[in-house]
Amino acid sequence: MGLCRRDFLRWGLMGLAAGGMVTRSVYPIYGTEEEEPKRGLEYNPEDHYYGYLIDTYKCIGCGMCVQACKMENSVPEKFFRTWVERYLIADNGEDLVVDSPHGGISGFQPEVTKFNITKGFFVPKMCNHCQNTPCIQVCPVGASYMTEDGLVLVDFKHCIGCGYCVQACPYGSRFMNPYTHTADKCTWCYHRISRYMLPACVQACPVKARRFGDLKDPNDEVRRIIATERVGVLQPDLLTKPKCFYLGLDKEVV
Amino acid sequence: MLEPTYYSFPNDLHIHWSLMIVMYPYITGLVAGAFIVSSLYHVFNRKELFPVARFSLGASFAFLSVATFPLLNHLGHPLRGPLIMITPNFSSAMAGFGLIYAFYFLVVLLEIWLITRADIIRYARQSRGLKRLMYKLLALGVYDDSPEALEFDHKTTKVLAGIGIPAACLLHGYVGFLFGALKSNPWWSTPLMPIIFLFSAMVSGIAMIIILYQIIMVYKGITINSGCIQSMCRWLWLFMIFTVTLEMLEIITLAYEQAEEWEVISHLLTTFLPFSFLGIQVVFGSLIPFILLAIIVLMNPYLTDRLRNTLAFVSSFILLIQVWSMRWNVVIGGQIFSKSFRGFRDYQPQFLEKEGILASLIIFALPFIIMVIYEKIIPSFEGLKGREMITEIEPTVQYKGA
Repeated sequence: MGLCRRDFLRWGLMGLAAGGMVTRSVYPIYGTEEEEPKRGLEYNPEDHYYGYLIDTYKCIGCGMCVQACKMENSVPEKFFRTWVERYLIADNGEDLVVDSPHGGISGFQPEVTKFNITKGFFVPKMCNHCQNTPCIQVCPVGASYMTEDGLVLVDFKHCIGCGYCVQACPYGSRFMNPYTHTADKCTWCYHRISRYMLPACVQACPVKARRFGDLKDPNDEVRRIIATERVGVLQPDLLTKPKCFYLGLDKEVV
Repeated sequence: MLEPTYYSFPNDLHIHWSLMIVMYPYITGLVAGAFIVSSLYHVFNRKELFPVARFSLGASFAFLSVATFPLLNHLGHPLRGPLIMITPNFSSAMAGFGLIYAFYFLVVLLEIWLITRADIIRYARQSRGLKRLMYKLLALGVYDDSPEALEFDHKTTKVLAGIGIPAACLLHGYVGFLFGALKSNPWWSTPLMPIIFLFSAMVSGIAMIIILYQIIMVYKGITINSGCIQSMCRWLWLFMIFTVTLEMLEIITLAYEQAEEWEVISHLLTTFLPFSFLGIQVVFGSLIPFILLAIIVLMNPYLTDRLRNTLAFVSSFILLIQVWSMRWNVVIGGQIFSKSFRGFRDYQPQFLEKEGILASLIIFALPFIIMVIYEKIIPSFEGLKGREMITEIEPTVQYKGA
């Protein structure tokens, strides 16, 4: 007695569903193979120290990172945990246009300038997770804190919403969340990286202009580039020691 | 840095520290200034200030009582406000506020109690019913008004006032430090900031006492003490000269250095703050009172009491506006430019918003209501006889009270 086609499909689909459920329970689905979590490894913050690398030569200003961040972290409208800036600079070195329409979330339209553009580039920005961070220093209640793996986070349940950290951050990375009434900022997607996944913006970048790495890992590519290439940080004179490094940083970028 | 291209960081949409944060240093400044007037009498024996010594302490208490209100109204989570004292992060300048505030409040309360204790006992003995109970509660069960006890009170008051001076300076210097210690903002980040705040606090406090003293005296039909007004005007003139000099030094230094921040600050001053800074703070608020006070101080023998009082009143009123505009220019001015140093945003306070004009007016009215109640319970201008009993100091300038 052979299976009819209908039974074959029924049993086949049920079998696939059951198999899928078993697999799902053993191996949670995490997305692409590239950022698949290191299964079986319990996350220990002490074993890591993260750094972020932005290659401004590669960034095409598509805004995918901003979109990914908005969706991943439910960032309130009009505010940004990450954004992309465009710099258009004249040959005289004095005229320039800087913009970031809606944080660059929908990319950039061609800009007509009054001068000849000789230099143009995109600069993604976000919280620099500084080592010597002014925001943690000024938080009166300790709601802003640094994790052992080097991230600067905000405890939303403890933040009193004074906004002192927003004033203290020289990079404009913090904002007051209009819904939680607390300070808000980029977390480098801590909920993802603590599961050995990449931050949403890094994963979404189509040209690998954004890279995320573990500075404690001797084989890490980001660590190697920071150690061997000429990298810069934003506003180094403030000695905040950002952990967000840039390749191809221009003097006009603040 | 190149010319501003009007680019603000995307998160620099609004001014976050609003009118409430303008009111906060203004009110704490009045606290410190009023306390200094009282201390000039109690510690430095400026006996000509006797008529206002006790009242200025009450005024300091009234302003101190509401000093936290603007902050609490500003907080995103006001109910979490006490966490500043419960889980303070001591690397934060703001965390010190709770402790300094609490300590200072204690000093002021103790000083008021010691100064008014004899009166409270007297009222407790004279009054009946609920009023008697209230005074008995205020007396804290201590009814010893012997000359020895009052002498002890007087000495302790002197010590407390001595402690209170650095505490007042700390309270307000610290408010300046809140701004001055932020390296992210070149308009705020200067070591001069706490000192400027401190001196302008003295200016506003003394000016407020001059105005209130005159109003109360007119209301009560008591002759205004010329020596007292003259003395306060001298102090006011001195402190305003210090304040304006420091304010101008800061700007001149920035302009002379021509460092990169000057580009954005010069744009700020000429485009966004020409009225409130150049117009109100510098010309109207500083120059006119300087001239009026100079007339009072330098031409004293030629002035009639009425003219002196009028000049003092007008210059004090203008100086109150000057100090307020200084707070505005610091707090709001420092947020008008984006941290990109290329873009600007404007701020127009709304009348009815949570941190708007009406809320500010209500908060600012509260100390005066407290003062009225305070004066009803423990009058400061009751007459010389009772006062002599309390202070046991014979003022050189006689109080022409009723």
